[in-house]
Amino acid sequence: METIETVWPDYTVVVGCGRVGSLLADLLSRAGGSVVVIDREEAAFELLSPEFSGFRIVGDAVEMEVLRAAKVEKADCLLAVTKDDNVNLMAAQVAREIFQIPKVLVRIVDPQRERLYREFGLETISPTRLTANAFLAALRKPGKG
Amino acid sequence: MRVIVVGSGKIVYFLARQFVGRRYRVTVITADDGEARFLSRRLKATVLHGDGSDPRLLEAAGARRAEAVLALTAKDQDNLAVCQIARRLFKVPRTIGLVNDPQNEEIFRKLGVTIPFSATQILAGIIEERAGFEEISSLIPVAEGKVTVSEVALRHDAPVLGRTLQELEFPDGALLGGIIREGMVIIPKGNTPLLEGDRLILVSQPGCYERVLELLSGEENP
Repeated sequence: METIETVWPDYTVVVGCGRVGSLLADLLSRAGGSVVVIDREEAAFELLSPEFSGFRIVGDAVEMEVLRAAKVEKADCLLAVTKDDNVNLMAAQVAREIFQIPKVLVRIVDPQRERLYREFGLETISPTRLTANAFLAALRKPGKG
Repeated sequence: MRVIVVGSGKIVYFLARQFVGRRYRVTVITADDGEARFLSRRLKATVLHGDGSDPRLLEAAGARRAEAVLALTAKDQDNLAVCQIARRLFKVPRTIGLVNDPQNEEIFRKLGVTIPFSATQILAGIIEERAGFEEISSLIPVAEGKVTVSEVALRHDAPVLGRTLQELEFPDGALLGGIIREGMVIIPKGNTPLLEGDRLILVSQPGCYERVLELLSGEENP
């Protein structure tokens, strides 16, 4: 990591333990924060590294019971990173509007939906767009001018 | 009226059929290919196959001109997204969303669904209020359930037979709106006696509903 000092969230809830979610959970946990990961499938947690020291919750993040079990109200940050746009949209809005979580980030699966999320005022990250941009950057050649 | 129904299963089919019968312009969006074909054969409605929470599909379904959108899928996240997209992107005046997890009802309301409805809550309410009292033939919640209108038949052994309204101590939150006797409606006065077979139209607040039933039936309701 960079030499500038980085302050990571103390308590992060990660919704979705796929490749993205498990990696985020591992990295934030290794950086010293408390992390809770939620996934509907118990098997998903196998993607976490053996060193992962946070909590795992099996359940549907669109159920209030599950979010309460994750103590979402205490979180500094919620990352909605499942592969289902509607789950991410709902979990993110509940985190922000009901639990007043200061930092909520949403993964966008279908890049066409970006405009919609702006409409809702949600902070988004689109892996598809990031990947495309990375490819374009790698293709770029120095111009003649 | 132009209505968009998103979802699958019998409820969507019968609802759409009823709307068509009322001459609404109905568009159904369903995720299942086979069901889409079945519906388009059976209904005089436009049927689209796909994801109802896809803004492009909603737009193709005529969301800009729709007066109501109903989201009736088995997933709360999808129903919420459909209603929110309809409202925010296409300014649909009324969005009606099925709430599967009753705890999400409040969330739907807070997040802008015009009418969230929870089948679980409605059924639980009916069971609670009707338990042990078969004479009630209909129970209609009004004003978001703050008031119920119900029809109660008086049995041959009802303790109130032959007595007048003046003699009965109706709780404050309840009102006898009418008596149906031999097919005629009687507007009750203080000296109207209650007779066997009378069907009483009751307007009451949920809090005193059970006391009224006890009064009329002589039974202790749980």
